[in-house]
Amino acid sequence: MIISFAQQLIDGLAALMLLVSFALLAQHRMLSVLHWFAAQGVLLSITAAVVAYSSGHDELYASAAMAFLLKGMLLPWLLWRVIRQLHVHREVEPLMNNAVTMMLALAITLFAFHVIHPIENISELMTRNTMSIATACVLLAMLMMMTRKKAITQVVGFLAVENSLFFAAIGATNGMPLIVEIGIAFDVLIAALIFGVFFFEIRNTFDSLEVDAMQASLVDKDDES
Amino acid sequence: MNMFIATLLSPLVGGLLLAWIRNPELAAKLNILTGILTFSCSILLSLQVVGHDAVDAMGGWFHLDAYNVFLVALTAFVGMTTTVFSRPYMRHELENGRLDTGRMRLYHSMYQLFQFGMLLGFTTNNIGVLWVSLELATLATVLLVSLYRTPASIAAAWKYFILCGMGIALALFGTVLIFFASSAVIGHGNEALTWTVLMQHASELDGTVMSIAFCFLMVGYGTKVGLAPMHAWLPDAHGEGPTPVSAVLSGLLLNLALYALVRCKMLVDGATETDMAGHIMMGFGLFSLAVAALSLHKQRDIKRLFSFSSVEHMALMTFSFGIGTPLATFAALLHMTVHSLVKSAIFFTVGHAAQAMGTQKMAEIRGLIRHHPGIGWGLLIGVAAIAGFPPFGVFISEFLIFSAALESYPWTTVPLLIGLLVAMAGLFRFVQPMVYGETAVQARPVHVNMSPVYVHLTLALLLGLSIPAFLADWYHQAAALITMSYSAAGDVV
Repeated sequence: MIISFAQQLIDGLAALMLLVSFALLAQHRMLSVLHWFAAQGVLLSITAAVVAYSSGHDELYASAAMAFLLKGMLLPWLLWRVIRQLHVHREVEPLMNNAVTMMLALAITLFAFHVIHPIENISELMTRNTMSIATACVLLAMLMMMTRKKAITQVVGFLAVENSLFFAAIGATNGMPLIVEIGIAFDVLIAALIFGVFFFEIRNTFDSLEVDAMQASLVDKDDES
Repeated sequence: MNMFIATLLSPLVGGLLLAWIRNPELAAKLNILTGILTFSCSILLSLQVVGHDAVDAMGGWFHLDAYNVFLVALTAFVGMTTTVFSRPYMRHELENGRLDTGRMRLYHSMYQLFQFGMLLGFTTNNIGVLWVSLELATLATVLLVSLYRTPASIAAAWKYFILCGMGIALALFGTVLIFFASSAVIGHGNEALTWTVLMQHASELDGTVMSIAFCFLMVGYGTKVGLAPMHAWLPDAHGEGPTPVSAVLSGLLLNLALYALVRCKMLVDGATETDMAGHIMMGFGLFSLAVAALSLHKQRDIKRLFSFSSVEHMALMTFSFGIGTPLATFAALLHMTVHSLVKSAIFFTVGHAAQAMGTQKMAEIRGLIRHHPGIGWGLLIGVAAIAGFPPFGVFISEFLIFSAALESYPWTTVPLLIGLLVAMAGLFRFVQPMVYGETAVQARPVHVNMSPVYVHLTLALLLGLSIPAFLADWYHQAAALITMSYSAAGDVV
């Protein structure tokens, strides 16, 4: 079976995407989490550009540019500024130890392949193989959100979910219609801005960015009598 | 279709204007005016649509049928009465120093932006845009929940943001999967996400993909509906935000999420030609009903109590839409209407009660009927209505849900009945002492505007006594529309 160069390139990019998702999970330092997150954004825009070139969907170039500016540059830079101003670049404190997280991540990847692989064949697109990888990335980013204690790493997890969804949309369908794409990008941007405001509020109110401290103020509400 | 554009633009323009108005009193008046304008437009719009089967507006970007135009009218109505309630309520908060004028500006403009997101979500014909507008409404309410900037309100808003963000991301993935299935049939483009086109081609979509998509959509939109076990955000968000926000969250936002879920279910039913989607919804509904009924008994905060009651009622609607027969769908739509009316009325009363006693702790709220008869009676009647006592509308809709369950899945009536009884007991054990009990504490005088409460409760009462013919027709039309794919599937099964 002859596989075209573009398809090999896309499959390679998908593999890299999965690698980045694992790398995000394994990082210990705030700054390296941000580096990998920025790398994910750039990877996304490259994928979008390659798919745009090989499939002839011109509107995907717009998506690629949007991904590069928003996800590769703007959001990582905003987050970097926040961690610098709040001095939180120390350790990321995971809920579980790394070995357990990695085993879980492996199991999740297998699960995603098991569920999605059979349905890939209904599509004629050459990018259809990336569907199961994209699903795995979505679930891995969610795992990251769940196993981190700091508000800021949760946000990186949230944005990584959004990135993986974007990847899924490119892979499965060569991109959502532009109007939807723009709407989603707009929402993500507003969400990121609100997150930014929240960091400072949380920091001022709780004197830390640990989610546990916040949760405590709600639990108190339940228990006081 | 000028009316349609006016309905949609009025909250958007109102919200933008309100962002510039510094004077809180003027802003509150403009807020009410915007509410009235939106509602009047929506009424004229419904009158135009009801006669026809379905109307496409603005080149097919928007779609109005019996199902959503009724929700548009309901949303605009509750949105309007909430602005009336919020004027004295927010003035009291301002005078007590819980808010400053800057926050008031944020409150008013975000309130109208939320309203715009809701109306856009109900009327759009594109399931991608539906997702975007639900997210928009969510973001607006996140800012509203954290309005007081207390530790608990920030924590609640954060929890709301993260949990719903995650949920809504799953829903987006479900939408991507639908697009994956539909673009193989319809081709790559906006048509493949346009609901009316999707519905025509529903039977050609790949069943397996649509089933997987529905699982993601169920968990995703289900988070927003407040179904257990994804409901953790709901009591916190309702408890810590300002009361007008709790009222519209319970009365309106949850409806939009359920609306989105039902729209998707219609597609999935058409594609899979089985009852799978319905069964999943019934399961979630029954489980959430049980969780909510038991949680009601553990509450200490009055607003959290009624937020669990919202979980209970959303669970009932989900269950009923899940059954999917015309009767069940009719019941679910009626229940959606009366729940929105009664629950927002209860939140209005609760807001005034909490202000009068200076606390939201139920243990410290006592003897309302003695020192604030208006609030006390309002709360008592409201709770009687929501607990499903005749002659209120909730009784009728719950009775219909019960009959529908008995007709199709008789065994479900047992958990259904137990759940309803436990929930009712949970409400009354707390409300009884709050309304009748003795208190040594001197209640504060508050400026109260009970008229929205009376209007809502009267409407719920009228719906319980006799549903006007035009409204019944309307529900029938909507139910026929929603169950169209069901009956098609029913022939095959």
